[in-house]
Amino acid sequence: MIMTTMQTDDVLTVKGLKAYYKMGYFGIEREVRAVDDVTMSIRRNEIYGIAGESSSGKTSLIKTFAAAIRPPLQIVGGSMTYRFGDKIIDPYAATKAQVDAIRWKNMSYIMQGSMSVLNPVRKIRRAFRDFALRPMGLNERQFWLAVSQHLERLNLPERVLNSYPHELSGGMRQRVTIALATVCRPQFIIADEPTTALDVVVQKDVLAMIRDVQREIGSSVVFVTHDMSVHANIADRIGIVYAGRLVEEGPTRTLFTAPRHPYTAHLVASLPRIGDLSKKPSLDGRPPNLADPPKGCRFHPRCPMAVAKCATEVPPMETIGPDHRSACWRADEVRPLTTLGKPQEARV
Amino acid sequence: MTALLDVKSVSKEFSSGGILSREKVKAVVDVSFTLRDDTPEIFTIIGESGSGKTTLARMILGLEVPTNGDILFDNQGARERRGRAARLAFMKRVQPVFQNPFEAFNPLKQVDRYLVSTARALLGATTEDEIDKAMDDALQKVGLSLAEIKGRYAHELSGGQLQRVAIARALIPNPALLIADEPVSMVDASLRMSIVNLLRDLRDTYGVSVIYITHDLATAYYISDRLIIMQRGHVVEMGPARAVLEAPEHPYSQLLRASILSVDDAGMGNLKPADRTLAEAAWNDTGTGQLVERPDGRMVRRAIVSSPFTADA
Repeated sequence: MIMTTMQTDDVLTVKGLKAYYKMGYFGIEREVRAVDDVTMSIRRNEIYGIAGESSSGKTSLIKTFAAAIRPPLQIVGGSMTYRFGDKIIDPYAATKAQVDAIRWKNMSYIMQGSMSVLNPVRKIRRAFRDFALRPMGLNERQFWLAVSQHLERLNLPERVLNSYPHELSGGMRQRVTIALATVCRPQFIIADEPTTALDVVVQKDVLAMIRDVQREIGSSVVFVTHDMSVHANIADRIGIVYAGRLVEEGPTRTLFTAPRHPYTAHLVASLPRIGDLSKKPSLDGRPPNLADPPKGCRFHPRCPMAVAKCATEVPPMETIGPDHRSACWRADEVRPLTTLGKPQEARV
Repeated sequence: MTALLDVKSVSKEFSSGGILSREKVKAVVDVSFTLRDDTPEIFTIIGESGSGKTTLARMILGLEVPTNGDILFDNQGARERRGRAARLAFMKRVQPVFQNPFEAFNPLKQVDRYLVSTARALLGATTEDEIDKAMDDALQKVGLSLAEIKGRYAHELSGGQLQRVAIARALIPNPALLIADEPVSMVDASLRMSIVNLLRDLRDTYGVSVIYITHDLATAYYISDRLIIMQRGHVVEMGPARAVLEAPEHPYSQLLRASILSVDDAGMGNLKPADRTLAEAAWNDTGTGQLVERPDGRMVRRAIVSSPFTADA
């Protein structure tokens, strides 16, 4: 376990980050608070899972991390600092050239739709050249040598380089995008729902591959998905996002066995499991509209534990245990709604 | 007992390629099962992509014609349903729910217009009151109401709500059978259980049978009564859902079972990729094997020349 006090071990430090979609048409100002007051840090050599439903702002959050935001999304407040080795950079204060220099070399992105990411009329080889040749700073011969070594390490046959995307299966394509994102051995990788479109069997293979390559390079991965069973198996720490805010953060095992936010407790309890026939609860209502979010705690209209205070005052994110933070007025009273079975084996 | 749906050794072949290099793809090979009309049940079809589960569903819906075999619904085969009247009568009894609610609804059309046209075409409702009542009844069944939905566009509803509207649309003609093709795979995990619980309520409260197509074994275990597991068009295991999923016998079923991401291991980092070799080896036998009945009522595909099995085979 990495100590929280080792500040220098944080690859990314985010403080009070706010990114809103700001639109002003015909004199009417509208803002959608997609990322609202997020404070967190990503440590070296860990997989940080971000969980949340659609339209909870998780994609806006990682776009902000990747410094890939465009108007109308803009930074309204807060700070964000990367630390790559002895290089410290705030992408929103740096020049474009400085940001371009870290992109892909220090920080890369595994995208969701592997079919729409890879150009259908170009061979995979071309994608590798476009993405990785310049950041790696090698000459052509060394570059292709490095690429083929990397593919070999990921158990991908070298012939994929000469294939078009449609000639590969979905799982294979997703592995190619992972190879593409990791070929420069970046310290920071963002993975946006990389397995959502895949089959059960392939999904496990791809997850194992992401974990293996992460462990091997020793980089930090921010892994985004709404599927808690994926987080359970891949993440070291999890942050739960609800309506643009981080509502709970902690080590994976702790969040599953002792959640301290009603939303997390619900997410864990609603997972169906083989061998368990009890009726699973479903959450009523719909995700809040971020252009007009509920006052106070944003979860209160759907929360079974809401009290009057929740509707008026925003609960602060407070440390409630080792490595464990929660933003709930009644965090002390939250109990897990389900108990997990016995784990099968220890970590390999 | 009479059969609601009787699938009789159905096969489907697709051919692709040009005149000189014609290739045949066997999407579904010799599948048989029967749903009874007196006991509503959730019958699940499980398989990976390309295992032929969607083709099977499309054949039951009459969207594809089987190459061999026949599918009888209310003792009537697909070839006997000729003409608009017969097709409408069939559609009143069997309704589909598709995978992605965001694609199923036109973004420029209010979602209730789909309900209106279904009520007109399949229920024969003509006056506004009749239509509103049919819509409201169906929406009540899925936990919504007409007041919430009227005049709303697809983007104004969450994925879970939209999928419930899609199910409500299917329920308007009071069908006997719903065919739900991966109804939850595009819905958020937090909203997924609301759809799954809904399918369960439809069976228990309204007596609707559901053919539930999925690759998610955990929800299949949670709601289904019987299931079949398909590997490349062949049924490899079939039987009571709980018995099969708790102790799968065919290597391919075991592979699927081993691929489930277990929540019990949360944070332990167990991500050993499932071993495909046994399932691949079994596949070599599958083409020639046949379904053998086991004492607990399940059917498992075995190679004809294999040794007689033992209880823990």
